[in-house]
Amino acid sequence: MGILEVKDVGKRFGGLQALGDVNLSVKENTVHAIIGPNGAGKSTLLNCLVGKLIPDTGSVLFDGQSVLGRTPHEINQMGISRVFQTPEIFGDLTVLENMMIPCFAKRDGAFRMRAIEDMMREKDIVEKAESMLVDMNMADKHHMHAASMSRGDKRRLEIGMCLAQEPRLLLLDEPTAGMARADTNNTIDLLKQISDERDITIAIIEHDMHVVFSLAQRITVLAQGTPLVEDDPENIKGHPKVREAYLGETA
Amino acid sequence: MEAIILQILNGLDKGSAYALIALGLTLIFGTLGVVNFAHGALFMIGAFCAVTFSRILTLSHTVVDETQTDFLGNPLKVDVPYLHDLFGQATGDAIIDWAVPLSILFTVPVMMFVGYAMERGLIKHFYNRPHADQILVTFGLAIVLQEVIKYFYGANPIPTPAPQAFAGSLDFGAMLGFDPNLIIYPYWRIIYFIFSAIIIGAVFAFLQYTTFGMVVRAGMADRETVGLLGINIDKRFTIMFGLAAAVAGLAGVMYTPINSPNYHMGMDFLVLSFVVVVVGGMGSLPGAVLAGFLLGILESFASMREVLEILPGLNQIIIYLVAIIILLTRPRGLMGRKGVMED
Amino acid sequence: MLGLNKKDLQLMLIVTGLTMLAPFILNPFPESSGMAQFNAGYPDLMQRFVIFGIFAIGFNLLFGLTGYLSFGHAAFLGVGSYGAIWMMKLVSLNVIPAIFMGVIVAGIFSVAVGYICLRRSGIYFSILTLAFAQMSYALAYSVLTPITGGETGLQIKSTDRPIFSSLEEGETGRANLFGMDMRQSFELNIGDWLFTFNAGYYIAAVVMLIAFYVSIRIFRSPFGLMLRAIKSNQTRMSYTGLNPRPHTLAAFVISGMYAGLAGGLLVAMDTQVGPERMFWTASGEVVLMTILGGVGTLIGPVLGAGVIKYMENILSKINKDVLHEWFAFMPDGLEDFIVFLVYPFIGKGWHLTLGILFMLVVIFLPGGLVEGGQRIGKWIKNRGKAKDTGGSTEPAE
Repeated sequence: MGILEVKDVGKRFGGLQALGDVNLSVKENTVHAIIGPNGAGKSTLLNCLVGKLIPDTGSVLFDGQSVLGRTPHEINQMGISRVFQTPEIFGDLTVLENMMIPCFAKRDGAFRMRAIEDMMREKDIVEKAESMLVDMNMADKHHMHAASMSRGDKRRLEIGMCLAQEPRLLLLDEPTAGMARADTNNTIDLLKQISDERDITIAIIEHDMHVVFSLAQRITVLAQGTPLVEDDPENIKGHPKVREAYLGETA
Repeated sequence: MEAIILQILNGLDKGSAYALIALGLTLIFGTLGVVNFAHGALFMIGAFCAVTFSRILTLSHTVVDETQTDFLGNPLKVDVPYLHDLFGQATGDAIIDWAVPLSILFTVPVMMFVGYAMERGLIKHFYNRPHADQILVTFGLAIVLQEVIKYFYGANPIPTPAPQAFAGSLDFGAMLGFDPNLIIYPYWRIIYFIFSAIIIGAVFAFLQYTTFGMVVRAGMADRETVGLLGINIDKRFTIMFGLAAAVAGLAGVMYTPINSPNYHMGMDFLVLSFVVVVVGGMGSLPGAVLAGFLLGILESFASMREVLEILPGLNQIIIYLVAIIILLTRPRGLMGRKGVMED
Repeated sequence: MLGLNKKDLQLMLIVTGLTMLAPFILNPFPESSGMAQFNAGYPDLMQRFVIFGIFAIGFNLLFGLTGYLSFGHAAFLGVGSYGAIWMMKLVSLNVIPAIFMGVIVAGIFSVAVGYICLRRSGIYFSILTLAFAQMSYALAYSVLTPITGGETGLQIKSTDRPIFSSLEEGETGRANLFGMDMRQSFELNIGDWLFTFNAGYYIAAVVMLIAFYVSIRIFRSPFGLMLRAIKSNQTRMSYTGLNPRPHTLAAFVISGMYAGLAGGLLVAMDTQVGPERMFWTASGEVVLMTILGGVGTLIGPVLGAGVIKYMENILSKINKDVLHEWFAFMPDGLEDFIVFLVYPFIGKGWHLTLGILFMLVVIFLPGGLVEGGQRIGKWIKNRGKAKDTGGSTEPAE
């Protein structure tokens, strides 16, 4: 039983069957990539996993518990953290403040009214946030305005914020989209480091094959809303059906 | 039965005003994505266009009339409108009597200019700013416009009567076969309703049957794509804003006999107009019109004596109650697109 | 000290100093001078400065931190006033229970209103608050007239017999703090200057200082951080395991209670209330105050409240005669011309000046007077620096 079990998931938008018969099992502590051509349903599937969409059929179980119908913050508290295609961070706040927020969320839950304490005096939170920034190689930026960072740095911060919650599953949605080669390699290294050093499962939706083959231990290929193939990377590389899905009828 | 018909009629004139203002608001929000808290002020400016035009028409010079004397026995000083000099007394008076409808000719260019100036001078800088900023700056503008009008025209309402020809009331009931004098309705309000219907029809026809209108409708559905198609949306936005301003202004002009223009009529109508737009569904033109009429009629029913006996003050709050209920149960409003603002 | 960091402590001390010394600071002009009408140091106005300061501080906690723009906060001000005056009519003329009642009633009302309005966000939220505000006004004006006194409102009558009072037959109760009447004032004459020390003002000022202190603590707290996170990126907040809804509701209720506090204080000073206190334009006024002063800052709302109340009470009293007096030294034609230019912007036309100022702030200076002050301060510092370096170095742009 994988930590994430997707069974018979289907989703229809009007006349379009965006997802159908999706069965997927993500094994704990692996890096599992989901790839596929445009329109394959990758984003739809992701949204079903994080509480943004409710599938018409099927079930999504995380660690044995159903994820469907829950709000995003509930799902996060269950242990799933999400990295967005465009880095979603708190632009108006400082880098340190950004990092403190997931630390608060982990310690205090979805809502705890602490309106009189000085947030900088919460020693445990501040220390944890600072150490997380050190891990992410961002300690020197901790008073910087988050919105003024480079995209690569924002991505780093976002991943760090997710990790601060010690999630069981880290979901990444095309994390290297729009990145230059150098940044992409940095992100790959970071993710590799995370997967090696921590007890964490990583599910990544990606377009960039270089990223996929550098990181993935298992790959699911999605085409036209349904899984085409699921296998180890070596077998995916030369798979005729995969090539066909991406490139159409080829010689 | 007569009471019901009467209330429906009663609700039509205010409903028409709401519908026209809401129409303009929705045009601006749907095409430009701007929340315009100064729209009520445009309604007010239109009304004061009628006042101004009527004053222009009655510009007079003082003449000494040897044939009459004042109470001291001196020759009477009489104010003679220039129109009398130009067209003779009978025609001159007729023109002055028809000041309100005639001021439409004056109002349309004025309002289009005001709209143009507003859009180019202020609104266009706020296209990409958050809605809250748009609300705030247009709110400030509404205050400024209101104060300017107050400065030039004073704080008191300025009665602006309808032409004599339309001064009376129509015995609607008799027309429909009821007993006479049960359902009577002032002629001018019927005119106002017909006028609004014509304007609404014209706007819809314009949007439906012209290329310009098609581009605007496309822009309302998906502004980004229209821009990417290389269509110069800026100029069209300006024209749309001018059009919406003209619609609001016209609504104001013809409303003057019903409710004497005063400097805060803009703010009075603004709150209800936004409520109407939200009930109809933000971004939906038919929704805005429908909601305008519905809420006008609803307000009228809630003002019935029988109703007020059971629930005093209901007419003041009914529109807000309905808006709150709709916003909570069906946030896209009566006719909004599905998925819009479903948080 | 007091749990504040150094900068905040400085600010707190400055504000304390300013409010305590207000009778001096606001009456700089000698009584007999032509500028005496610009003195703001009389009890009514000073009370309004601090009371509306409280209202604006509370509004800022909601709009400044979370970005949710409410156009209905005057409803809570009004409800607080009604609650307070009933307390005075029925239970006790002491201002403390009355103010408490105002806060509590406004708080309960804001829970209900907030719960409904916060189900939507953005412009829908704003219009919902507007709808509620107008509904409350209409309810107070024509529907709930036994409770609210309808159009005429409520005041303390000679027939009111509060439980905890010892009034004579036919005596009209007066609001007091353990016996000290709010209107008690002590006047100090130093030369040609007149300073008025009013009991009501100092009580309201102390309350404002407490309210200001609490707002600083909220700003610096984890809760304050969460509110700013909501404004910055509500999506990221949800996906980080935090539920925005209870946070925004809490902020809404707190700001509603601040409004209720202001409403209660208004009644304590001037024992009457009417439905016009809840009209939506009164809500618009607190929006103007907060933004003019500097939304999202600590001192901004108080500054904005002061400026607008000053304009409303002082600027509005300058009429044509006064203008002619001032410019009398000019040749007649020029004098008339200048009066003609200036007149629309003052006196009864002060709203025009306010509207223009507000637009300028929203367009060019979103941080309000606070940002303006900071920029001026920086410019002065930069000029000083350039002088010190003594060379022809231009300050970096």
